Amino acid sequence: MTELVFKYPEALTQANTHYCPGCTHGTIHRLVAEVIDELGIRDRTVGISPVGCAVLAYNYFETDFQQASHGRAPAVATGAKRARPDLIVFTYQGDGDLASIGMGEIIHAANRGEKITVVFVNNAIYGMTGGQMAPTTMPNQKTTTSPDGRDVALAGYPIRVAELISTLKTPAFVARGSMHSPLQVVRSKELLRRAFNYQVQGTCFSLVELLSTCPTNWGLPPDKACRWVETNMVPYYPLGIFKTPEGDDRAPMPR
Amino acid sequence: MAKKLMKGCEAIGEAAIKAGCKLFFGYPITPQNEIPEYLSHRLPQVGGMFVQAESEVSASNMIYGAAGTGERVFTSSSSPGISLMSEAISYLAGSQLPVVIANIMRAGPGLGGILPGQADYFQATKGGGHGDYHCLVLAPWSVQEAADLVQDAFELADYYRNPVMILGDGLIGQMMEPVEFSDDRVPIKEIGPKDWAATGWKRDGRPRAIVNSLYLDADTLETHNKNLMAKYDEMKANEVRFYEDLPGEEFDLLVVSYGTVARVCSTAMENLRAQGLKIGLIRPITLYPFPYEAVSKAAKKAKAVLVFELSAGQMLEDIKLAVLGAKPIHFYGRTGGHLITPEEAAKEMKKVLQGQGGAQ
Repeated sequence: MTELVFKYPEALTQANTHYCPGCTHGTIHRLVAEVIDELGIRDRTVGISPVGCAVLAYNYFETDFQQASHGRAPAVATGAKRARPDLIVFTYQGDGDLASIGMGEIIHAANRGEKITVVFVNNAIYGMTGGQMAPTTMPNQKTTTSPDGRDVALAGYPIRVAELISTLKTPAFVARGSMHSPLQVVRSKELLRRAFNYQVQGTCFSLVELLSTCPTNWGLPPDKACRWVETNMVPYYPLGIFKTPEGDDRAPMPR
Repeated sequence: MAKKLMKGCEAIGEAAIKAGCKLFFGYPITPQNEIPEYLSHRLPQVGGMFVQAESEVSASNMIYGAAGTGERVFTSSSSPGISLMSEAISYLAGSQLPVVIANIMRAGPGLGGILPGQADYFQATKGGGHGDYHCLVLAPWSVQEAADLVQDAFELADYYRNPVMILGDGLIGQMMEPVEFSDDRVPIKEIGPKDWAATGWKRDGRPRAIVNSLYLDADTLETHNKNLMAKYDEMKANEVRFYEDLPGEEFDLLVVSYGTVARVCSTAMENLRAQGLKIGLIRPITLYPFPYEAVSKAAKKAKAVLVFELSAGQMLEDIKLAVLGAKPIHFYGRTGGHLITPEEAAKEMKKVLQGQGGAQ
């Protein structure tokens, strides 16, 4: 008697992704798809794709999709969820999309307590447009628009989105995971599972920030990019759960 | 149903409910605040949902998300707010989503003022946002017509899968008039199943729904553009609406105006007709598609054309395209929020009839 213990997720299409070699988007797509499968919600899930590297996410998830304009995915998700509360609506957004042009939309969607799930991929750079400085770019990090490194005197410090959202009074689930090691990938999946589950239960807004790599625009091979996340990003962007609807204390994640 | 005295904005809100719309997303801006205020208490009464967004940018993307599920959805704003919505309106048209948007125009540009204006004609009819697209634009001249057109607008939006804009000046929104909602209104369009909507993919025969305006391949995008153009051609063939009151086959002056200005002009025209002057009026109701042929035909019967607008001359350009130099065209416009009085309109009409004033 054989038992199936591992398979290609139902919620992923068979399409090859356009993501660069070594990029963690593919792994995050897989985690989201596995969670959708495990919760049995594929046939009532609607994804909202952003503008950025994940703009074509609708080609990779085996669910209905809406494509949003730059930064507005939380507003589009609000419209879809308010129109059809029975749907499971998630946005999949990068740091330029969510933390720069879309800062207004994400804060207010969270503050209204929209019953949506936000997958926030933070790789500290604009990927699709060619490696420009993002609000999440690390101090002194070189990008095509900060060629001498991010000058915090001129551009300010990187925005910690999970912390920012977790200051809101409205109940929510807000957490940050990372994709830099197999262990952290497994932990990130658990955060995503909790986030989607809160929506399935109709409990609250949920957001999971995932620290990710951009080997192409960072100019690093994939393994070194993962080390760069661990060495440079994790100390500034601590991993853990920042807010739960149950009002639990902040739970840092073990490194 | 009995006639009821209603403010234009409230009648517009009630008309949306009568059209089966249960969703409104909007942001406050004068002079249309009575639409969101009215719907914020009326929609919950009918099991609907009112959401005050954090901005017009967000509201216009909320209606995108709601329309993407196939539900009827409405928003309203006024000139500067419509500018903020213009990006989303381009996406709505590009993604072929049916929504109804009311623009209760104020005087511009910039922050302008809160008094009535008609200076968003270009924005409404020629684009506003980026790319080759059009909204279907309906311009009421009374509160009753506003209520009727809003109900038509939801059906036209669904039928064409395209944004439909109600373009009223501030006066339409703020004045009170008797209005009646028919209990047995006959739909103007037959709406098919919305099998394109993102409602969760059941793998039950319909293709996976992707609400989208991104086409990276040039051939695919051009095909999409051609499909949109074909839709606009269908609107041009079937949806042109106008009102005309022409005194026979030959007359001296054709007046062209829309919205409340046309009502003022109509009063002025009646007064001058009583004095024996031969004046006709044509009022476009669809500003897009524009009644070029009707204006052209009417102008052929007149010696001259006089256009009135609460702008520096925007619809005027479409009148020039319709008349194509066949007759002299005169223009009288007020801006800043000033209205045109019947006396003022009559004076301008007489001026043209007496051969004074330069043609455009």
